[in-house]
Amino acid sequence: MSALNQYIDLYRSVGERMDANSAPVLNALREDALKRLLESGRLPERSDEGFEKTSIEEMFAPDYGLNPDRLPIQADIASTFRCDVPNLSTLLALVVNDRFVPSATLLKNLPEGVTVSSLRDAALRNPALVGEYYGKIAGTASPGVALNTLFCQDGVFIHVAPGVCVEKPIQLVNIFSARFPFMAPRRVLLVAGDGARVSVLKCDHSQSASTPYLSSEVVEIFAGAGAEVGWYDLEESTESTSRYCQMFVRQLAGSRVEACAATLSNGNTRNEFYIDVAGERCHTQLSGMAIGSGRQHVDNYSQLRHASEHGTSRQLFKYVLDGEATGAFEGCIEVCHGARFTEAYQTNRNILASAGARMHAKPQLLIYNDDVKCSHGATTGQLDNKALFYMRTRGIPMAEARKMLMQAFLVDVIDTIGLEQLRDRLRHMVDRRFAGEQVSCRNCPTRDCQQ
Amino acid sequence: MEKNSKSRSEEPSDVIGEVTGGEYKYGFVTDVETDVIPVGLSEEVVRLISRKKEEPQWLLDFRLKAYRHWLTLTPPKWGHLRMPDIDFQAISYYAAPGKKKVPGSLDEIDPEIRETFDKLGIPLEEQKHLSGMAVDAVMDSVSVKTTHREALAEKGIIFCSISEAVKDYPDLVKKYLGSVVSYKDNFYAALNSAVFSDGSFVYIPKGVRCPMELSTYFRINASGTGQFERTLIVADDDSYVSYLEGCTAPMRDENQLHAAIVEIVVEDRAEVKYSTVQNWYAGDAQGRGGVYNLVTKRGLCRGDYSKLSWTQVETGSAITWKYPSCVLAGRGATGEFYSVAVTRNYQQADTGTKMIHLAPDTRSTIVSKGISAGHSENSYRGLVKVTPAAEGARNYTQCDSLLLGSECGAHTFPYIDVMNPTAIVEHEATTSKISEDQLFYCNQRGIPTEEAVGLIVNGYAKEVMNKLPMEFAVEAQKLLQITLEGSVG
Repeated sequence: MSALNQYIDLYRSVGERMDANSAPVLNALREDALKRLLESGRLPERSDEGFEKTSIEEMFAPDYGLNPDRLPIQADIASTFRCDVPNLSTLLALVVNDRFVPSATLLKNLPEGVTVSSLRDAALRNPALVGEYYGKIAGTASPGVALNTLFCQDGVFIHVAPGVCVEKPIQLVNIFSARFPFMAPRRVLLVAGDGARVSVLKCDHSQSASTPYLSSEVVEIFAGAGAEVGWYDLEESTESTSRYCQMFVRQLAGSRVEACAATLSNGNTRNEFYIDVAGERCHTQLSGMAIGSGRQHVDNYSQLRHASEHGTSRQLFKYVLDGEATGAFEGCIEVCHGARFTEAYQTNRNILASAGARMHAKPQLLIYNDDVKCSHGATTGQLDNKALFYMRTRGIPMAEARKMLMQAFLVDVIDTIGLEQLRDRLRHMVDRRFAGEQVSCRNCPTRDCQQ
Repeated sequence: MEKNSKSRSEEPSDVIGEVTGGEYKYGFVTDVETDVIPVGLSEEVVRLISRKKEEPQWLLDFRLKAYRHWLTLTPPKWGHLRMPDIDFQAISYYAAPGKKKVPGSLDEIDPEIRETFDKLGIPLEEQKHLSGMAVDAVMDSVSVKTTHREALAEKGIIFCSISEAVKDYPDLVKKYLGSVVSYKDNFYAALNSAVFSDGSFVYIPKGVRCPMELSTYFRINASGTGQFERTLIVADDDSYVSYLEGCTAPMRDENQLHAAIVEIVVEDRAEVKYSTVQNWYAGDAQGRGGVYNLVTKRGLCRGDYSKLSWTQVETGSAITWKYPSCVLAGRGATGEFYSVAVTRNYQQADTGTKMIHLAPDTRSTIVSKGISAGHSENSYRGLVKVTPAAEGARNYTQCDSLLLGSECGAHTFPYIDVMNPTAIVEHEATTSKISEDQLFYCNQRGIPTEEAVGLIVNGYAKEVMNKLPMEFAVEAQKLLQITLEGSVG
């Protein structure tokens, strides 16, 4: 039996309770999502193009608990929550499982024209605004999004009015906190009006290293004309955590979007990026890095579509895989008819540090226009033996030399990040990750934050 | 500045728009008596083909197994191709020119057929032979003539049609047939295994270096038929052979099916060089007619330090779907793939290679150059797989696409699977149009735009052209020029 059926059965039994605990705007899409899921009959499997290395069916197959009645869950936030970006004064909000918890300072410090709130509250207060954007780029065509839409009761809503510049980064901290296997349908809706500027730092944490958690996440980002949006996604979860994150971006003329997904520690991760460059003269920077060890699995999939002229995009994904970790990267650049003067580049570089590690790369170009400059490159290899030898002749021990080379390898991904403090901190975190430490964030300004 | 660059880029595109189309020289039809069996495919048809070819029971069994397996399959849909469903019951699976038996000497060949091959530039008379090249000429379903057999036989080399090989060397054929491309491999491989008609068989004994180029020339002549040839090349230890393949077809409004299989076995330290100049009829400027070229080509580098090199120049066919592959199973085996694929008008090509590294120290190189013009779609699709046993494997892939015109498409779909940390796998791809600077430079020195484009395209494809044997390189270069004639500014 397909793993999907258990979710459909569950929805049929708790659907009404879910509706009662959500908002009409969110409820409105559920029927359509259900219809799509019934049509597809199953979630993507390895036999499907684009999912060769990650089976969503298997990821969703275990029996996870949901919280349709929105019962409050006791969470010891202070001990669980660890984010390691010091000196970064942020506008902080937490998402415990799928429940939005604003920090005490968030509401006080929000500049005028900026909303950071629970998606459900926003949909109840201002249904017209949320309804205008919710589900509009993600749709329900993808089974993953349809399933998320079916169960999504709340999420995070970020709205920046046209022309408003948010100086401090907004920080979202996703925390899994449950004593039993738990699934959280998470949702983020970010709307940056024309000329607005905002950057969001999101980190994923899990409270327990042994309890299985599943995060089904859909992120929708609207970048208005001339808007600048930064989206930085750090995953520091545990081996028992599965994550299926789908990000959808629509860029209007002259907008700039910078997105980075760093997987520092995880269990089974699949990230999908769908970027629709609809307006002219847009710039897109998409980067990602993954450090895998043990039996970790990281799969990044990107689909970047240039539909208008003068677009530029850069993609950079780097993986360092140790132990029996597996990595997969599939990236597609599509340049449509009429998208002249597009410059799109994509690079994927991977290091296999052990005999058991595996890497699968599938960079793609789909070009329907002749006036373009596009390229992609992919390499998979090992650390340079000559460089290792050189360092050892200078008295650096083997392990240290390997660590230094791996750090150096990842530096150019970190350098694409626009937030200076985050760059610095990420370097430290990468250092510590290579030193074998569990990445934990002790100095986060938000540590004192209580519910 | 921006305005400036815009206007400059629009100038040549006006010229590009005037797609007049270079002539397809080989589009004539030979009026020769042809023995065609009725259309349709059934077990009875498979038996009939086998009977007509007077085959032994084991081969009939092989065909029937393949046919039964074929019935369970559906055509693959993953290619980046718009292909109408093929009605497999509307094709005749066997067409033989003339009613004569396989000719023994020159005089026995139907003069019409001889004339056809003369017209194609493939003289079957040995006195007129191209210096140092032996030819197996295949028209529709049968091989009409193989030249230089005696000279080759002196060295122990077997070069004949596969039907003859079945009769004369059944043990060899039985041993190797289907050993590289199983009938279960894919839809078209199963179809070919069931109904394959003719093709070439080459066996190079141990330690022999083939003194001349071996060549097969394929010609589809009869209408409403498909061509399903099968080529089997076996290079025993320490041998070397260079094999060429050429193909043309008449101009017809209907689509014709060509579903071939090429199997190559390379033993210890042997080397096989396989070159193709594919010039099937590509359809007219509106995309009517043309050959569907759906081919499975694979070589097994079974021996240590064996080497297989594929070179292909693809200019014809309405649809090309082929991935000449190397299975590198011997230690230190080398696989190479050099390809130039040109598409124009409404042609579609989804082509590339597979390099499967199974043994330590195996190496592979892929150089693919795509050129698309008009409304065509040109895709590179390649797999590089390094298995855990392939210690120290090395791959370098470069695939470049050149776009001539704003209506065409150029796509790259590489698949890279690495399961060994000591492997080094590199892939690079670029897509661009002809640089304005280069054109301007040529114009400035008095070279008209059209010639300049020809010059630049030739330079772009040179890396691959250089890998072709001399006789073919000249032809291929001319072909490239003719193909692009009028389709570029």
